[in-house]
Formats: sequence, structure tokens, C-alpha cells
Amino acid sequence: MSLGRLERHITTRPLRIGVAALQGAVSEHADALRNAADRTGLHVQVFPVRSKADFEATDALVLPGGESTTISKLLVRFDLMERIRTRVADENYPILGTCAGMVLLARDGGEQAARTRTELIGVMDIAVDRNAFGRQRESFERDISLDLVGLEAPERPVPAVFIRAPAVTRTWGDARAIAHTEDRVVGAQEGRRIALSFHPELTADTRVHEAFLKLV
Amino acid sequence: MPKDLDLETLRHGTELVKRGFAKMQKGGVVMDVTDPEQAAIAEEAGAVAVMALERVPADIRAQGGVARMSDPTIITQIIDAVTIPVMAKSRIGHFAEAQILQHLGVDMIDESEVLTPADPFFHSYKKDFQVPFVCGATILGEAVRRIAEGAAMMRTKGEAGTGNIIEAVRHRRMVTQGVKRVQTLDDNELRGLAEHYAARYQPLLDAVAKEQGIETLEADVEVFGAFDVGTITKDIESVLVDIRRQGRLPVVDFTAGGIATPADAALMMRMGSDGVFVGSGIFKSGNPQARARAIVEATTHFEDPAIVAEVSKDLGEPMVGKSIDEIPVEQLLAGRGI
Repeated sequence: MSLGRLERHITTRPLRIGVAALQGAVSEHADALRNAADRTGLHVQVFPVRSKADFEATDALVLPGGESTTISKLLVRFDLMERIRTRVADENYPILGTCAGMVLLARDGGEQAARTRTELIGVMDIAVDRNAFGRQRESFERDISLDLVGLEAPERPVPAVFIRAPAVTRTWGDARAIAHTEDRVVGAQEGRRIALSFHPELTADTRVHEAFLKLV
Repeated sequence: MPKDLDLETLRHGTELVKRGFAKMQKGGVVMDVTDPEQAAIAEEAGAVAVMALERVPADIRAQGGVARMSDPTIITQIIDAVTIPVMAKSRIGHFAEAQILQHLGVDMIDESEVLTPADPFFHSYKKDFQVPFVCGATILGEAVRRIAEGAAMMRTKGEAGTGNIIEAVRHRRMVTQGVKRVQTLDDNELRGLAEHYAARYQPLLDAVAKEQGIETLEADVEVFGAFDVGTITKDIESVLVDIRRQGRLPVVDFTAGGIATPADAALMMRMGSDGVFVGSGIFKSGNPQARARAIVEATTHFEDPAIVAEVSKDLGEPMVGKSIDEIPVEQLLAGRGI
């Protein structure tokens, strides 16, 4: 049991879930986390993370969708990149990344990340392709099946919105594919690290966020 | 065959997909660029998207004449140069230009008053498009009409190409105060406001009635797309219901026009903006790289004056600003296409 978990266990303080608030769909994730907390009955505090000090106070972090190039640069400029990387590696710190967040979690960001020299957090054994389905014109929504640990009613498909979405091109090590669409892998889990190509925060179905809270 | 390929269930261009795109832009800076080099500078600085243009608004203003959609070659070159989304402008109501932009692969169409309006009566009907639109507004009614027409994102209009923030502040206050009043309305009052806002779709019918020597045309005549004024009023009312419930516009709402410094960006964010567009303010300044980056950082950390102060240092000359009073009324852009 991690120190944070142990402390919570003893003091029953709330779970402190941060949402990286540098750029992107921050409030949508915060709302989804609060709704998920209500449904699971977990005592959860959600707050934005913009600085190292904000980050230190969290038990888990969500990396929202947005532009991975933008979020990466801000993570570096405001000293968060290295610290997140260390905590995930050393403390088995739980982290969920959607869309741009998936790209940031990957060890290999593919051609576009290389071309734009985008620094990644790089804590999941996955390789991704940015904008794998094309431009906004090709963006879509559909229901998909999701093989996520702890997902409530897993037989029921999850509504998924793909916006200039990335896809996983390769998994290795402990990472495993947990979702597919159009012959591509669009979700991966590696213990307490979850990466999704789509945006569960844009729909009313909070099961992904509930499963993440249960992991923390 | 892919494991679960089912084209029937793939839904493109839905409202969720279009509004969702705008949500991914939140907290970000969209920068006007006129060539691939500027686009690369913008991406490197941390822009969330670029607006591909032939001329920035300050030059459009200086040169006068009719401003149209940019040359597709320029737009395509910029699309090829960056990995972030590319937006481009169509004239107000020029749905053929908008269709060209959609065909080129532009990620969002800005139906913009910076270009010369093409239709004196209407904007483009945006629900017919797969790509999302962003439109400008100076007042709440204008924003509500654009959202009812299918805009997936709004931008509060400043006066583009002036480097002067006053008009953006004026219009943001107008919209915010308007939203506050909507929150106090009962259903009857809301319906009344919807009818008031829908009156803007009436002038064509009135002009035709007058030309044909009658009082009014039949109420159910198609006026905008396939819709009569009654349907438009219902759509407007449903947007107003969303506003009353959410206490804000139901789509992402940026500010555009007159932002020249990191402090300008922080001001608009503090006033409730979801992000900013910077046009002439970056590439008409002394050090575009440094200024672009500083505005990105100020937009993220708008609540922290220490950071905004730090990033505001040593940025070189800002663009030369223009007082609104110096501009002849007929050359003001923000009032176009209300």
C-alpha cells in the first residue's frame, strides 16, 4: 500500500484527484469525476493542477484532451513534466490520459510528436500515432466495448467521442489493449495507468471515471 | 475485417463531435498566420490552432477593398506545415467559400466579420456542415442566433487589427450581463426574448412584402435554410433555455480582436473567456516568438499575476495600437453581421 493510500486509510481524508489544467477540456473531466464520485459513494476532492505545488497535493491525475503539443510545452515550462514522470514511475501513481493525454503518456509518440519535438511524459509501454483517423472532418462518435479493470457493467458499450484522435500502434511490456475501433487500438491499460483515444468526459456515462477512482 | 467495424454506427459531424472539438481548444491561444513559417512559429510557441490567412486583420484594414477567403494554396501549405488544427475564414453568409474550406480539410471555419460580408440578410446555415464553425458576437442576441444556426464555438468580438482591447471588453460585458438577465426569466419572458431575437430573420420577408405591395408574407414561408421564422424562434428559445440553466453560453466562448499583450489575454480570461484568438498582435510585434509564447503562458496562468508579470518582461515592441475613435464608423468590423 502506498503512503498516500495508507494515510487515507487511517484518516479517511478524501481522495484528491487533480486535473491537469494547462489547456483543454478541464472542467468536463472535473464534472465527470464529481459525478463519478457521487455514484460510487467515494469521498473525492477534485481540483485543477497548474503548478508543482498543486500536483504534490494529489493522489491521482487526469490528463485531459486538448493539444498535446501545447500541454507538453506548458508541462515543461512550469516544471511539471519531470515530477509527474518520477511519481508515476516511483510511486505507482495513478494516471488517466484521454486523447492528448494518451499521447503524453506514451513512450513513443510517433512521427508527429517527433517532428514537433514534443516531449512526452512517457510512462506507458505504448506507441501512438497522433491524428490517426484524420482531421476534424473525419472525427466521429460511436459506441465501443471497453475491457477496463473495474468497469461497471462491462457488457454494456461505452459511448466514445473521437476528435482528431490518436490510436495505439503498438503495446509491449505490461501494457495491454483494452479498446478497438476501425481495426485500431484506441485504449490501453498498464496497471494504474490508463490511456484512451476518446473522450469519456464529453458524455454523461461516467463509468470510466468511476473505474479510475476505484483504482486510486 | 476489423473486429467491430460497423460503418452504420460511426457518426461524423454530430453536434457532440463539433462542440467537442471546440472544448479541446479551451484555455488555449489560436494565432493568425499567413505562411508556413509563421505557422511553425505558432505551433512551437504552444498555439492550440492556427488561423490560416492571406493577410492579418491590420493589413486588411490598411489596404481596404473587398476581403475574401484566402487562396486555397496558402491554406493547404499551412495545413501541411503543422500538426495542430487549422482554421480558416469564410465571408459571412458565403456558404460556397465555407464548403471549399471544408473540402480542403480545414478543422474549423471562422465565419468572420474581418472579411467583407457576402450576404446582407443571413449567415451560413452551419448545421449542414460536418466541420464546426466559430462565429463572432458583440451582444447576447447575436451569439444566440449563431448558436441556433449551428455554431459550435463563439468568440466575443473586439475590433480586429487595432491592438486595442476596449471593444472586446465592451462586448464581453454586454454578453455576460445579458446572460445574467436570462437567468432571471420565466418561461413566458424567455419566449418573448426568443421572438425579439428572431426578428433579425425578418428583414428579407419585410422587403419582399413591401416590394410586392402587401402588408406581410405568410408566416410559414421558408426564410433561412429550410426554416420559417417560427422554427427559428423555437431553436433560439432552446438555446436560451440552455443559457438559463448553465449560466453561460452553451458552447465554448473565446475572445478575438484587439489582444496585443499577455495582460490583455489574462484580462479576457479573468472576464470569463474560455481562450483567446490573437491576430495581428503577434506577427505585427517586434518579437513574435517571445510574444506568442508569453501570451500562451498568460492564458494558462491568468489567475496568477506573478506569472503574467514574469512572462510580460522584455517582449520588445507590441503592435502599434489604434484608437477606436480614429476609425471611420463605416470601417469598424465588429458591427458587421449582427
